[in-house]
Amino acid sequence: MPWRLLKIGLRGAHKEPRFFPEPADLRDSYDVVIIGGGGHGLACAYYLATRHGIRNVAVLEQGYIGGGNTGRNTTIVRSNYLTPDGVRFYDASVRMFQRLSQELDINLFYSTRGHYTLAHSDEAMRTMRWRAEVNRHLDVDSQVVDRDAVGRGIPGLDLDCGGSQPVMGALYHAPGAVVRHDAVAWGYARAATNNGVEVHQKTRVTGMQVENGRVCGVATDRGNIRCGAVVSMVAGSTPRITEMAGLSTPIEIFPLQACVTEPVKPFLDTIVVSGSLHVYVSQSSRGELVMGASVDPAVLHSTRSSFEFVEGLADRIVDLFPFTARLRINRQWAGMSDMTPDFAPIMGTTPVSGFYLDAGWGTWGFKATPISGSTMADTVANNRNHELIEPFRFDRFADFQLVGEKGAASVGH
Amino acid sequence: MQQLDCPIIGRRPISEFVYGGEVRRPPPGDAPLADVADHAFNRTGQPTVLREWWFHRPTGRWFVLERNTLSNVVERVVPPQEVAYAIPTL
Ligand SMILES: Cc1cc2nc3c(=O)[nH]c(=O)nc-3n(C[C@H](O)[C@H](O)[C@H](O)COP(=O)(O)OP(=O)(O)OC[C@H]3O[C@@H](n4cnc5c(N)ncnc54)[C@H](O)[C@@H]3O)c2cc1C
Repeated sequence: MPWRLLKIGLRGAHKEPRFFPEPADLRDSYDVVIIGGGGHGLACAYYLATRHGIRNVAVLEQGYIGGGNTGRNTTIVRSNYLTPDGVRFYDASVRMFQRLSQELDINLFYSTRGHYTLAHSDEAMRTMRWRAEVNRHLDVDSQVVDRDAVGRGIPGLDLDCGGSQPVMGALYHAPGAVVRHDAVAWGYARAATNNGVEVHQKTRVTGMQVENGRVCGVATDRGNIRCGAVVSMVAGSTPRITEMAGLSTPIEIFPLQACVTEPVKPFLDTIVVSGSLHVYVSQSSRGELVMGASVDPAVLHSTRSSFEFVEGLADRIVDLFPFTARLRINRQWAGMSDMTPDFAPIMGTTPVSGFYLDAGWGTWGFKATPISGSTMADTVANNRNHELIEPFRFDRFADFQLVGEKGAASVGH
Repeated sequence: MQQLDCPIIGRRPISEFVYGGEVRRPPPGDAPLADVADHAFNRTGQPTVLREWWFHRPTGRWFVLERNTLSNVVERVVPPQEVAYAIPTL
């Protein structure tokens, strides 16, 4: 290694392989076009190439990879959901995440922290018991813990929350983790490119060609592309794409904001969510407190952050962790969440043949990156929904077969 | 903070309001199930000028606004008559 370093020092680094190779020219035809270079789109491309031998694939990204919600989320990975369909699906994702650094040969800083969902009322305790039972039934490690255990597990927490909403207990989920979000996008992008996929950044899809109920191409700001299949993986831009395909969906876009404090000494090694106080917090490996809440109150297609958000969040986080009153907020930002009425995603085939949808990821889709990529790749390769995503199918609303995950996803993402 | 200027109550901070979602025309009582599902779940998701319900908590009044969901600018406060007359009667 030192010799190589010396050689590079003398000769310059221009001949060294780059993390991402120079992209090829955009061609006018591909087998599969994936719209959206977030984690989901890049993972799908990677699994299409590696598991299904479909390599004539282009990922089209209007900005830069990971610049959407993938690079804006608070990186929580967990599987303590409420419905058996959801638990099974997210658990498969957690298991993939645990092996992903090795598979993609990149350090994702995957860090298992444990995850507390605090309950401040009898109703909340009931939901926690419900979730714990469903989780354990499906072999997912979740348990209800009492107030004392919460006090022992979370340093700095005021169990009485300033007196207004005392903590009664919590759902504790040991596998809960955080992981470096950008690295997930970069790792999948590099692995996909190494397997023959083309990733085109700064390439925006502006239209879709549908003939006789079949998709046959997309229009972009760099020219038209013919293709056999289109997969939309654009999270907060989904309604704009489904409109191009002539489809109505229940998806509405709400901004979701987050912020970090200045870094402090590591003290919090676990993830804490309070549904009643509408806040959640974890400490990053740099020492910042990463904090978030529920979505903004009204529909808006915007990534502007607001003072009202930090003001409201600060008010409540000080009740949970009184010492945070002395901390300063360093940064805040927002993403556009594609919300569904049942807080579950919409995945798989659609009424337009050859057009596949992976959307409705709202505030909870980062943890699903590996499993969405792999099940969507399987769905595209076989033109039928993978069994794990069948409950999340496009027409579940027309059939009144909703997958109610609100109790596990509205505040804790 | 953004303010909404509504009839009767005047300019009020937006934090006093609760969002009631898009105004959608209910289907007739004997509509096919597909239309009922469409009404119950589907929404105008893409950015546009959206007609939507806003509830003013302190006074308990509902208002209908036309708001640009890309720029967050309220373009028009819809008079109650206009909303009432749009509701289908038997
Ligand atoms: C503040 C915040 C906190 C969150 N916290 C969590 C969390 O803790 N845990 C969790 O699991 N989830 C969380 N989420 C949700 C999660 O971030 C998303 O659900 C997930 O990242 C979606 O990934 P994606 O790849 O589908 O979309 P994105 O990463 O948004 O990628 C979509 C890409 O499509 C591109 N695009 C859009 N339109 C076009 C077009 N016309 N042509 C070309 N490209 C286009 C966009 O530029 C974008 O890069 C959070 C979200 C936010 C905003």
